[in-house]
Amino acid sequence: MKTLFYLLMLVVRRDLILAMRRRADVLTTLIFFVMVVSLFPLGVGPETDMLRKMAPGVLWVAALLSSMLSLGRLFSADYLDGTLEQMLLVPQPLSMLVLGKIASHWMVSGLPLVLLTPVLGLQFDMSIAAIGMLMLTLLLGTPILSMVGAIGAALTLGLRGGGVLLSLLVLPLCIPVLIFGTGAVQAVVSGMNVSAHLSLMGALLVLALVFTPWVTAQALRISME
Amino acid sequence: MAINWFKYAAPINFYPLAGKLIPWFAILSALLCATGLYLGFVVAPADATQGEFYRIIFIHVPSSILSMFLYMIMAAYAAMGLIFNTRLSSMMATAIAPTGALFTFIALWTGALWGKPMWGAWWVWDARLTSELILLFLYLGFISLHASIDDPRRADRAAALLAIVGSVNVPIIYFSVKWWNTLHQGSTIKFTGTSMQITMQQAMFTMLAACWLYAMAIALTRVRSIILERERNTQWVAELAEVKQ
Repeated sequence: MKTLFYLLMLVVRRDLILAMRRRADVLTTLIFFVMVVSLFPLGVGPETDMLRKMAPGVLWVAALLSSMLSLGRLFSADYLDGTLEQMLLVPQPLSMLVLGKIASHWMVSGLPLVLLTPVLGLQFDMSIAAIGMLMLTLLLGTPILSMVGAIGAALTLGLRGGGVLLSLLVLPLCIPVLIFGTGAVQAVVSGMNVSAHLSLMGALLVLALVFTPWVTAQALRISME
Repeated sequence: MAINWFKYAAPINFYPLAGKLIPWFAILSALLCATGLYLGFVVAPADATQGEFYRIIFIHVPSSILSMFLYMIMAAYAAMGLIFNTRLSSMMATAIAPTGALFTFIALWTGALWGKPMWGAWWVWDARLTSELILLFLYLGFISLHASIDDPRRADRAAALLAIVGSVNVPIIYFSVKWWNTLHQGSTIKFTGTSMQITMQQAMFTMLAACWLYAMAIALTRVRSIILERERNTQWVAELAEVKQ
């Protein structure tokens, strides 16, 4: 038990260090997120009422898209330099290693989106309560995106055109998260109870946490044989 | 006498069997289709509220039932291929996918044709329409993942895993979209009896059987091609009469 936790921490630490050594990769995803969100007012017009109504959806969709962008990097560097092959050979369960990689991936590409949300929310004239709820749903939702996306990243490992294919595979599976995430914010705005949305998102998070690392490990074994 | 349950799991035995079955399924499907269309478009009366427009259901309902049913069958075959490592199951999954996608597309298309006169819009963001659209995306994802992996065995296994993940996700997607928005009319046929006129019902079930038989005939035809393609280096394929010509 203790060794498993130690292993998890080791993988998280390693991947965080690697990400910090290549800061540009991390930053591009964030810039992409900000840019996509900023394009919407330019595309649909500057009416504040409409922007306020659209904001949760726009931010969520932008978060989805930018998480798709960063998913390609989840396993590819390790795959190219052979580390992944070594990881398949470790006596400890592969799903634990995968969970560590997903966790550090989320810290690098999901958590910053949550932290950037207040600034972008203010651009769209969202209320403080709505911004708070949006941050909470993104906090619950972006780990699910990373976990479900990891399955797609493992399946498309080393394929030509993998990036586009990855989005094609993963985006439909992420729709429930999008619906409940934006639904919660809209419920707050219209003064309704949000506990149902949040409970469902929590349930999805737990479900994903239990199953996706194992499924991703299987997918990696398929891709690496 | 011991029965060899796995006899037809070998492509060498299944290929001629499929060849014998296809004409039966195809002819039966054509006959039932003709009967169903006659019943539906000539015999069945006009609907009290929807007039003649409702007749699209004789195509729409069977194809949407099959679009979901075929996904289940495809995922089941894919899972069998992944678990028992049977080549033929994976080939069947690959063969079913395009037909499933086709039925999903027909269901969406006929739904749009019906929606225009009844709802006044080609497309509405209703729960069933949206989940049907997502089903189409899942089919396309399966097909394109399979197509982009060169090694057929790896393609089978990767696509199988995707199909299984997708089938676990389908109910979640369905309910999330349902709670999101609902406009589509509820099911008319329920297990506790139906509110439908009997001729309409007969026509619809005849069409359902016709579509189902069509799906089987076409999937078997496709799986025969896949078998030939994958087993092209084997002795038995080289000895087939149609290959020798």
